[in-house]
Amino acid sequence: MSENTGIDEKTYGELREIADRYPHARSGLLPMLHLVQSAEGSVTPEGIEACAEILGISAAEVSGVATFYTMYKRRTVGDYHVGVCTNTLCAVMGGDQIFAELKDHLGVGNDETTEDGKITLEHVECNAACDFAPVVMVNWEFMDNQTPESAKQLVDDLRSGTEVSSTRGARLCTWREAERVLAGFPDGRADEGPAAGPASLVGLELARENGWKAPEK
Amino acid sequence: MTDTLTPVLTKNWDADRAWTLASYEQGGGYGALKKALKMAQDDVVTAVKDSGLRGRGGAGFPTGMKWGFIPQDNPNPKYLVVNADESEPGTCKDIPLMMASPHTLVEGVIISSYAIRANTAFIYVRGEVLHVIRRLQAAVEEAYKAGHLGKNIHGSGYDLDLIVHAGAGAYICGEETALLDSLEGRRGQPRLRPPFPAVAGLYASPTVINNVESIASVPSIIEHGADWFASMGTEKSKGYVIYSLSGHVKTPGQFEAPLGITLRELIDLGGGMREGHELKFWTPGGSSTPILTAEHLDIPLDYEAVGAAGSMLGTRALQIFDETTCVVRAVLRWTEFYKHESCGKCTPCREGTWWLVQTLNALEHGQGQESDLDLLLDQCENILGRSFCALGDGATSPITSSIEYFRDEYVAHLTHGGCPFDPAASTLFARTLGSTPGAGTDKGQVGVTA
Repeated sequence: MSENTGIDEKTYGELREIADRYPHARSGLLPMLHLVQSAEGSVTPEGIEACAEILGISAAEVSGVATFYTMYKRRTVGDYHVGVCTNTLCAVMGGDQIFAELKDHLGVGNDETTEDGKITLEHVECNAACDFAPVVMVNWEFMDNQTPESAKQLVDDLRSGTEVSSTRGARLCTWREAERVLAGFPDGRADEGPAAGPASLVGLELARENGWKAPEK
Repeated sequence: MTDTLTPVLTKNWDADRAWTLASYEQGGGYGALKKALKMAQDDVVTAVKDSGLRGRGGAGFPTGMKWGFIPQDNPNPKYLVVNADESEPGTCKDIPLMMASPHTLVEGVIISSYAIRANTAFIYVRGEVLHVIRRLQAAVEEAYKAGHLGKNIHGSGYDLDLIVHAGAGAYICGEETALLDSLEGRRGQPRLRPPFPAVAGLYASPTVINNVESIASVPSIIEHGADWFASMGTEKSKGYVIYSLSGHVKTPGQFEAPLGITLRELIDLGGGMREGHELKFWTPGGSSTPILTAEHLDIPLDYEAVGAAGSMLGTRALQIFDETTCVVRAVLRWTEFYKHESCGKCTPCREGTWWLVQTLNALEHGQGQESDLDLLLDQCENILGRSFCALGDGATSPITSSIEYFRDEYVAHLTHGGCPFDPAASTLFARTLGSTPGAGTDKGQVGVTA
């Protein structure tokens, strides 16, 4: 147990647990930083120190990693991280307009958090859901086929505490709860939501209608 | 003659609770594993070689041959790493696969690890897909409980541990050596090759890195045989693949078909272009593959034919854009992406992508000059082939190809004093905004060649 890092005992123990999962402890660093975010709300100097101490590397080495990856945040993230895809396909299909209207509606810029601490807005790169464009991610859950109106309704619901479910995932949890799952601590919600969204099934349904299938052995 | 669509990987995506072990086993799942464990390991490698399976992550390298490069006399442990960092713009096949049927991947991992004699395997999944990670974690836990993973799997004497590892947001980690650095807890930066990962990969040990769809295809090859797999597809591009149709078609989605289907057929399956519009340009395999146009509608979408047309099959990420889309805007946005995602290791890519954005941005806003097109091509030439990995190469693809097909449209930005397109017309909700798609643009004057 660390005397110096300012990280609580439970989190420190779990950070060690992550490092122990791997043949070489340092492989645990990315999930460890996810856990730091879950516990601290961002990658804090205390979290960096704790990772460094456990892995026997310098704080500078941990910082070098933390600053490389876009999911790691140096400022406290709100309860809901709202990511609007503005890579080309989503942007053209309406992502640019959704992002512009959300900035206006929430009164924040890119990578900023609303005053009530509820929403952090950010434009994100392609999230591998192009057949559901335009896509908005909330705490890295899919909100498919959005419009400016649906996206504004979405953030209003999140701010007012209305329960919201992903269009093909679970009921939305907080950003810090999501980060804990990414660190490798399941939250028991795998069974929520459908197996696939409608676009994922288009080809399969056509094949069934037409009796198309792979050859028999 | 095989059918137009051949669902194998996608076949159970509409099954009740498809992501669970019970559902997967009810459909015959893990039968291939039991068969494989009774085969000699080299025979599994041979079956995959004979099937003609080529890497589904973009490069198309023969999977069985990659496995064959693992030096079995190397005393270090062997590793299998699944590249589940699906991030190439337009690519959206692995994520739905892992969401709907994670056990297909897990079964593939076990068989593949057995074949290359790895006792530890990893699924490196991008961090930005929470529910997919939940499903993978649950599937791995179920597989351990069922004895498909762990010690002495089904009495075979073979041990395997599988770790689901979430990334943290970096496109570059889809590049296999950057992925390995990232999995070692470092910044995700590509390594110089040789040595190749097969010889010195994860922890400097022999490592196979394969894409999700490649590994997920392995159980079907073991179950039905190499000949069955090779009976689908074209002469050098064997088997079935998932084609992902997105953008300005009526019904975007996933279509699993033998290699060699054409875009014309796929757009028909997707209900055609959206009402009243026509195809302008498209990517065959993500933004790093040179764009094509309506003149390429009848090219068989396999590795060879798309290559011969001057592009690459890549990940079959078919992003479809109609005539309302400004090609300069599209290319600028992709270029901004590459600039953001360049890891910074190699100067031509780090500095070059920055300069590309400057030049393109001026053109898009009508502030450049026609000679900037030659400047762009010169910049591309100074990036292409001059870095450790292909990220910088990919950044040049949309630029050089769009100048080839749409030079007039670039020039039109200069004569028009800015972008002549109305971005509202290309949105999915263009109609609900009350505007007629295409209205307000003078696209007819810019020489669109679709």
